[in-house]
Amino acid sequence: MADKKFSTSSNTYTLVYAAIMVVIVAFLLSFVSSALRERQDVNVKLDTKKQILASLNMTNLADADKQFSESVKDMILEGDTLADYTGTFATIYESEGKAGRFHVFVCNVNGQTKYVIPVYGAGLWGAIWGYIALNDDKNTIFGTYFSHASETPGLGAEIATPAFQARFAGKHIGDSTDVKISVVKNGKVADAEYEVDGISGGTITSTGVDAMLKSCFGNYKNFLTK
Amino acid sequence: MNKKNKEAFLTPLGLNNPVTVQVLGICSALAVTAQLMPAIVMGISVTIITALSNVVISCLRKTIPLRIRIIVQLVVVAALVTIVSEVLKAFAYDISVQLSVYVGLIITNCILMGRLEAFAMQNDPWSSLLDGIGNGLGYAKILIIVAFFRELFGSGSLFGFKVFPEAFYNAGYLNNGLMLMPPMALIIVACIIWWQRAHNKDLQQK
Repeated sequence: MADKKFSTSSNTYTLVYAAIMVVIVAFLLSFVSSALRERQDVNVKLDTKKQILASLNMTNLADADKQFSESVKDMILEGDTLADYTGTFATIYESEGKAGRFHVFVCNVNGQTKYVIPVYGAGLWGAIWGYIALNDDKNTIFGTYFSHASETPGLGAEIATPAFQARFAGKHIGDSTDVKISVVKNGKVADAEYEVDGISGGTITSTGVDAMLKSCFGNYKNFLTK
Repeated sequence: MNKKNKEAFLTPLGLNNPVTVQVLGICSALAVTAQLMPAIVMGISVTIITALSNVVISCLRKTIPLRIRIIVQLVVVAALVTIVSEVLKAFAYDISVQLSVYVGLIITNCILMGRLEAFAMQNDPWSSLLDGIGNGLGYAKILIIVAFFRELFGSGSLFGFKVFPEAFYNAGYLNNGLMLMPPMALIIVACIIWWQRAHNKDLQQK
C-alpha cells in the first residue's frame, strides 16, 4: 500500500512499481509454465499420436495411446532401409529432419502395411505440417492429415479440413526419378494421377503444402523408390 | 447485494450492454460467431478474464501510478490470459487447441480495458467482480444471438447438428453463404441495436 505522504505519481514510485510488477509477473508466468510443462508434454505427445492415426483415417478413438502402440511402429531411415527408433517419441519433425533423423511410421491397419511420413513446411502466416499415409507400394496415398499454426480461417486454414485432406487419397507420390505430387490452382488439375486441387483464396498456403510435400518426400526418395 | 452492486451486475445485460450500447468488442464478435460453439466458448473465456482482471485491478487500484495505469492493466490482462491458456493446455488440451486463435483476441478485447478503466479503477473488488461477470455475460449474450442466426441460416445447423430436414433442400432451399461472411455479423449486431433502441426510449438520441 502506498504511504499517504508518498505520492503515487512521483517518478521514483512509478519506476519501482513498474519494476516490481514485471518481476512478480515474470516469476508467476515461469512458475506456471514449469509447473505444468510435464502435463503439457504428455498432451502434445498424445495429440501427435492422434494426428498420425488421423492420417490413417482413424479418428475419434477412445484410447489413442493404446491404439498407437498396438498398430504403429516408430522407425527411422538408415541409408535406404528402416531401423528401429529408440529415442523418446518426437513431436516436432522439422527439428528431427534437421538432425538427420527421418522418421517413418510403419503401421498395421487391418493386416495391411501402411507407411506414414511426417511432412513440415511454411504456410502464409506460420508453420504447417502433416502426416501422409502410403500404401505398401510406397507410392499410393492412403490418407493424409494436415494442420497449421495460424492460417486464415476459411481460406488457408481449410487445409485442416477432412474435405481437403480427402482429395489426396489414391494419388501417387512420384515415379522412379522424381517426386511428382503437386497441389495446383483450384480447378486446374491436368494430371489426376499426381495433381491435387488447391484451395481457392488460399493460394499461398496451397503453394506451401505443395513445397512441403516436394521437399519432405525428397528426403525419402531412395526409400520410396526402392 | 445492495442496489449499486445489483446495477453493476444487471445493466450490462440490458440497458448498458457492452456490445450493443457501448459498441465495444465488435471485432471479436465478427471473428467467432460463424458457429455457436466457439461463440459460447469465447463468451465464457471473456467472462472469466474480465471478472478476474477486474478484481486484480480493483485490489491494486490505490497503488497504481496514474501515468502507467494502462500498462499495468495490460500486463495484468496478458498475464491472466497466458496463465489460463497454459492451464488449459495442461488439463484440457483439445479446448486449448480450439481456443488458440481466440487467446490473442481476448487480450485485445476492448471490453476488458474499458471495464478496468471505467469501473475497477474506482470501485471495490466485490462490485468489480460483479461488474466483470455482468459485462462478460452481456457480451456472451450478444455473441450467442448472432452466432445462432449465422449458424442456422448459414450452415443450416446448430452446434453442428442439422436443423433443416433434407426435404427443405430438395425443395430448393439453400444455405445463405453471406451469413458465414464477417459483414453479416455486423448487420445482425446492427439489427439487435435497432431493436433495442426502438424498445428503450432512454437509448434514443435526442
